[in-house]
Amino acid sequence: MKVLVAVKRVIDYNVKVRVKADNSDVDLANVKMAMNPFCEIAVEEAVRLKEKGVATEIVVVSIGPKVAQEQIRTSLALGADRGILVETEEKLESLSVAKILKAIVDKEQPQLVILGKQSIDNDNNQTGQMLGALTGLPQGTFASEVTVEGDKVNVTREIDSGLRTVGLTMPAIVTSDLRLNEPRYASLPNIMKAKRKPLEVVAPADLGVEVKSTQTLVKVTPPAERSAGIKVASVDELVDKLKNEAKVL
Amino acid sequence: MSILVIAEHDNSAINGATLNTISAAKAIGGDIDLLVAGESCGAAAEAAAKIEGVAKVLVADDATYKYQLAEPMGDLVAELGKGYTHILAPATTTGKDFLPRAAALLDVNMVSEIIKVESADTFLRPIYAGNAIATVQSSDAIKVITVRATGFDAVASEGGSASVESVAAVADKGVSAFVGEELAKSDRPELTAASIVISGGRGMQNGDNFEMLYKVADKLGAAVGASRAAVDAGFVPNDMQVGQTGKIVAPDLYVAVGISGAIQHLAGMKDSKVIVAINKDEEAPIFQVADYGLVADLFEAIPELESKL
Repeated sequence: MKVLVAVKRVIDYNVKVRVKADNSDVDLANVKMAMNPFCEIAVEEAVRLKEKGVATEIVVVSIGPKVAQEQIRTSLALGADRGILVETEEKLESLSVAKILKAIVDKEQPQLVILGKQSIDNDNNQTGQMLGALTGLPQGTFASEVTVEGDKVNVTREIDSGLRTVGLTMPAIVTSDLRLNEPRYASLPNIMKAKRKPLEVVAPADLGVEVKSTQTLVKVTPPAERSAGIKVASVDELVDKLKNEAKVL
Repeated sequence: MSILVIAEHDNSAINGATLNTISAAKAIGGDIDLLVAGESCGAAAEAAAKIEGVAKVLVADDATYKYQLAEPMGDLVAELGKGYTHILAPATTTGKDFLPRAAALLDVNMVSEIIKVESADTFLRPIYAGNAIATVQSSDAIKVITVRATGFDAVASEGGSASVESVAAVADKGVSAFVGEELAKSDRPELTAASIVISGGRGMQNGDNFEMLYKVADKLGAAVGASRAAVDAGFVPNDMQVGQTGKIVAPDLYVAVGISGAIQHLAGMKDSKVIVAINKDEEAPIFQVADYGLVADLFEAIPELESKL
């Protein structure tokens, strides 16, 4: 069975973002970039499925600028077999991303598509679901466990009230949550090997997808700052402050 | 303008986040219809009709919608939503699951987790784990939006008198099915609705020690939450997680116990009115956002706090 994994190049999760002085966007100049953490989990899950003998081939796709090849190479070093970069300098909105991924799904015919549940830049949490709608495939979002049995996949999802398991007929779409697995680090020999794995570069137009934007980023501002309050010396003082100053008890 | 709000419910009662979502719809302005899709959901529909500001309740009562699975819900919302200018759902794990499907079927983009309405086409939403706030303007013919409950005051659940209308189910493709559920059972208030939340982090050391927090919570009528570190370590289940990818809370009082304060955690609680941090590490970043900080060993401070409440 073939597994398709989508990965995104985003700001490294350890970097604290700053808003540009002119409030046009956040400042990403000279900022460390990396694979979106949820996408790393998606790649790891695909690799584990291959190690279990469930998956036979892992194709990893990224949509972004030329440098996004780095994140595809990282995925190849972790165990993916080949990569596809849909190269564009434009900042695409989720619907366009989903349309491009649908074109890749039509071409590659994977049994399972795994994506991160959201990217840590725009925090949209939309692409996997939109891809599900466009392809007509079922989805298991916010996955914490994935079990393939025959032509079915059971996905345990993290929901507000606990855990819920859905059974999907494959082909199907899964979006990963944090506890699906703990991604491995790529070993040096695997990083070297990844350099020789195939990586195809295409443009959205090659896939017959016309990207269009319907959202304008009017401005970006820093959130309201919370200033540090005071230190109290004892539990007694804390209870007193909460009762008499903050009046929340 | 005409707005379709999708109610979250358990077939008998309406989930509170629906009331905040209707509040966002009122800020947009226009007629508000509320969709209740479920199975044997008459009681929920009845409750929905009483909510302030709702003109009409649409009820899709069919076995297909018993668990509000994303595939049939997406199809239904896309079908019903065609005649509206806005479609809103709460930014819960249910709303986030089906609404992007509906948007894609309508060939429009979606605006996730808005915290403020600037005008009928312009909305504020947090990005980068809440480290920046984006103002986004949408030119889509139908604006499809999820609403973060903490950004909007709830409308009254009583006082309205909406008409109730049945709508037909959309044929399900039968490619997804409910298998099972493990739901948290607790007599304490729900995290996102509680006026006081007390959360534990890695400093709690194990799940048994959360008992100390439960005792304090029960004296205060508080809900108990946790940091991602505490959930990852297996101390407590995932539904207790507060943070960027867990629950977003904004209670009157938030007490962080043994939580260092990673930005992903702060993203889930920094809009709380009063924040208390109890941590033995005085350098912990949580103190930078706390109104009251107590540098102390939580294993001494928490039992003492309990005894003094």
